[in-house]
Amino acid sequence: MSEALKIIQDPTLTYKQELLALARLGESTDDTLRYSDAYYEAKKKGALCDLNEGVMPYRPRYICPDYELLFKKGCRFLELDPPKDLLEALNVLEIFYCHVPSITSFPVYLGDLDKLLEPFVIREDRAFAKKVIGLFLRNIDKVQTDSFVHADIGPEDTVTGRILLELTEEMQLAVPNLTLRYDPELTSDDFALACVRCMLKTAKPSFANHRMFVKEWGERYAIASCYNGLSIAGGGFTLPRLRLYECSLDAKDVDDFLNRELPRHIDLQLEYMDKRVKFIVEESTFFKTNFLVTEDFVKQENFTGMFGVVGLAECCNHLLGITDKKKGFGMNEEATRLGLKIMDVIRDRVAAHVAPYCDAYDHRYRLHAQVGIDSDGMDDSPGTRIPIGVEPTMLEQLEVNELFHPYFPTGTGDIFKFEETYLNTPEAILPIIKGSFERGLRYFSGYLENNDVVRVTGYLVKKSEIEKLRQGKQSVNNVTVFGKGAQDGGHALDRRVQHHEDSAR
Amino acid sequence: MPWTGVYSIMKTAPVNRIIPFSNVDGPGNRCAVFFQGCPFNCLFCHNPETIHLCRHCGTCVSSCPTGALSLSPEGTVVWNKAACVQCDTCLKVCPHGASPRVRWMSVEEVMAEIRRCAPYINGVTTSGGECTLYNEFLIDLFTQVRGLGKTCLIDSNGSFDFEKDPRVLAVSEGVMLDVKATEPDWSRRLIGRDPDLVLKNLSYLLSVGKLYEVRTVLFPGRDKENEETVRTVSERILPDTRYKLIRYRPYGVREKYKQELGKTEAELSYAEHFVELAHSLGAKSAFVL
Repeated sequence: MSEALKIIQDPTLTYKQELLALARLGESTDDTLRYSDAYYEAKKKGALCDLNEGVMPYRPRYICPDYELLFKKGCRFLELDPPKDLLEALNVLEIFYCHVPSITSFPVYLGDLDKLLEPFVIREDRAFAKKVIGLFLRNIDKVQTDSFVHADIGPEDTVTGRILLELTEEMQLAVPNLTLRYDPELTSDDFALACVRCMLKTAKPSFANHRMFVKEWGERYAIASCYNGLSIAGGGFTLPRLRLYECSLDAKDVDDFLNRELPRHIDLQLEYMDKRVKFIVEESTFFKTNFLVTEDFVKQENFTGMFGVVGLAECCNHLLGITDKKKGFGMNEEATRLGLKIMDVIRDRVAAHVAPYCDAYDHRYRLHAQVGIDSDGMDDSPGTRIPIGVEPTMLEQLEVNELFHPYFPTGTGDIFKFEETYLNTPEAILPIIKGSFERGLRYFSGYLENNDVVRVTGYLVKKSEIEKLRQGKQSVNNVTVFGKGAQDGGHALDRRVQHHEDSAR
Repeated sequence: MPWTGVYSIMKTAPVNRIIPFSNVDGPGNRCAVFFQGCPFNCLFCHNPETIHLCRHCGTCVSSCPTGALSLSPEGTVVWNKAACVQCDTCLKVCPHGASPRVRWMSVEEVMAEIRRCAPYINGVTTSGGECTLYNEFLIDLFTQVRGLGKTCLIDSNGSFDFEKDPRVLAVSEGVMLDVKATEPDWSRRLIGRDPDLVLKNLSYLLSVGKLYEVRTVLFPGRDKENEETVRTVSERILPDTRYKLIRYRPYGVREKYKQELGKTEAELSYAEHFVELAHSLGAKSAFVL
C-alpha cells in the first residue's frame, strides 16, 4: 500500500490531519538539500534526528510575530485595521493566527495575551470581557488544534491575566499551552498563587524564569511551543537534535566520547543546521515575500537556529557502564559530573561556530534541551531530564535540574506531578519555584496526579482524548497521537508523584 | 523519662526521619524533622514505631530481607541506609514499638540537611514521636534555623510544660498542639495520661500568642467523647485559632487497638457535624481534614 493511501485510509486522522500528512509526504519527494555521507550515516544510526522537519524547509520552524505592532498599525495584507475595542482585538488575533506558519502549520506563539488585551479589557464590563475571551479561547482550541500553540502571561498581575486563569480552569482545554513569565519582584504572590492553583488543576500555566530569559534575550522574548525561549519578532529557523545515547555507542571510553565522537556529531548537526538556515533564508520565499516579513511582524535577523539535545542521562549511564538507572544520572554524582562535562563541550563548540544569519545573536546558534518525541521510547530521556520512573526526591531532582537549565536559552524544563493535598496548599509550591529559580532553574511545570489535562513531556493532552485514539476514533488535536506514543513507549505519564510528606523513607 | 537528659551529655538526639518538603506540617513548604520517642502511648497512634527507643535486642536483624541491619561488636543494632529498601519489615517484627532506622544526630548534622532544603522552604517543623523530649536540642536547632531566616514550629502532644520552661517558645513561631481527649477517663484510656497538662498548655500557649494550631482526632461512634473534646477546645480558643479536626483512620494502628477503635474511618459528614459544633461555640477557624 502506498504511503498516501495509508494516510487517507487511517480512521484516526481528521481531514486536516490527513492534509498535513499528505503535504509532508509531498515534501519528502524532493532531494534538493544534500548533506555529507557522514551525516546520513549518523542519522541512520539514530545519533542525529531531524524531528521530521521535512527535507525542504519552506518556513522557519517557529515564528513569534510582533503582535504589539499588529495592534499598533494593523495589517495591510489581511486588511486589518488597528483594533479599537476588545471585540475587534480578539477578531484581529483570530484572523491573524490562521496566517502564521510553523513546523506544525499552527501558530506556536499567540502573544503576551494579558499585555495585548489589557487596555481593551479594562474598558469593558468584567463579565462581558470574560464571556468574549472565553469564546476566543474556544476558537483557539477548536481552530488552532495543536498543543504546541502557546500563549504567555505575566510577569505583572492584570485583569486579563486573572480572566485567562479563571477560564483556563473552567474550560479545561489542552490548547493553548500557557506560561507565566515569573519574577518574584514583578509578580505578586497573590497572582503567582492563582497561577499555581490553576496549574495544579489544568497543568498550565508553567512558570518561566523571567530574569533568566530577560538576561539572555532582553525584555522582548517569547515562550513558544513547549517551552521554547525565542525572540519576539523573530523565532527559530530549525531544531535538530543530538540523540546523545546513540552518539555515545561507538565511543571507546569517556575520553574518546568527549574528544572525538561528541565533537564529530556536533559538527554534523551544525553542518545540517547551516544548510537548512541558508536554504530558508536564501532559497525559500518566506523571508522574501511573506507578509509577516514584508510588514515587519518578524525580522530575519531575530531568528536563530536551535541546537537540540536529548538523552543526556542515558548517554552518561552508558559511558560509565551503569545499567541500573536508579543508580545512574541524577542519583549518582559521577554521572551528573560527566553530564556537566558533556554539556560544556557542546556549549563551547556550538558557541565557537559562526552560524549563517542569526545576526541578533552574534551569528550563533542557541542550545535547546529537546523534550523528546514519542518514538524515543525509553532510549533517550527528554533533554537533560532524569529518566521517568527513577526520579529521586523532588529536592534532589531540582538540584540536578538547576545545574543543567542554564545551558539552554532556547528552552528546557521539568515537570512535577503533585498529590491531591497540594490543591489546598499552593503556598507550599510557590517557595519551591522561587528557590529553584534563584538557583538556576529555568522552567517549572506541574499538575495534579488525577487531572484529565496533563503535561506529557512539554505539551498538553487530555487523557480522555488519548482514550479516543485507543478506541480507533479521531481526536481533533494533532498532538494527542504524540501523547499516546509517549505514554506507550516512554511511560511519560508515570512520573514520580510528590506526596504530601515527601521523603526517602 | 530516661532519654531527656541525654542531650546535655551526648549532644545528639534520635531522629526518626527528616522530610525535605512537606505541605502538611504548618504553613508553606516545610522541612519536617521527626524525633524518636514519645511519653504517650495513644491507642490510635499511626506510627507506633516512633514511641520507644531501640533496645538493641536484635530481633529485627535476621528478619531484614536486604541485610541492611546488623549487630555491631558492641551489641548495638546498626542500620545501613544505603542497603535499606524501606519495606518496614523491621518495624513489624519489633517487640518494643521501636525502630532500628533511627539516627542519633547532632544539631550540626540536622542543620546540614536543613541547609540543603533552605532555598525552597518557609521553615522547619519538628515533630515526632514527641520533639519536646529534646527541648535543649530544639533550642539550639531553632536558634540556627532562625539564623537562616526561616520559621520554626513545634508539633507537640502537649506533654511538655511550656510555661515552666518557655525558652524553646522564645526561639519558635509557635506550637501545633494535639488535644486528643479532655474528659479524664477517656484521656487516660486513649493516651494513657490525664488531660490536665495538655489543657494547661492550650491555655498558656493561647495567652502568650504561640498557639499556631490545635488538632483533634474524631473517632467513629464515640459521639460523647468527641463532643466533649471539641466543646472544651472550642470554648477556649479564639475565633481565628486554626482548629483542625482529623478523621480517625485505621491505617497504621496496632491490631489490638483497632478492635477497640474501629476498622473504618470516620465519615466526612460525621466530622463536618463537629466542625459546625466548633463554629457555633466561637471556634470560627475550625475545619476538617
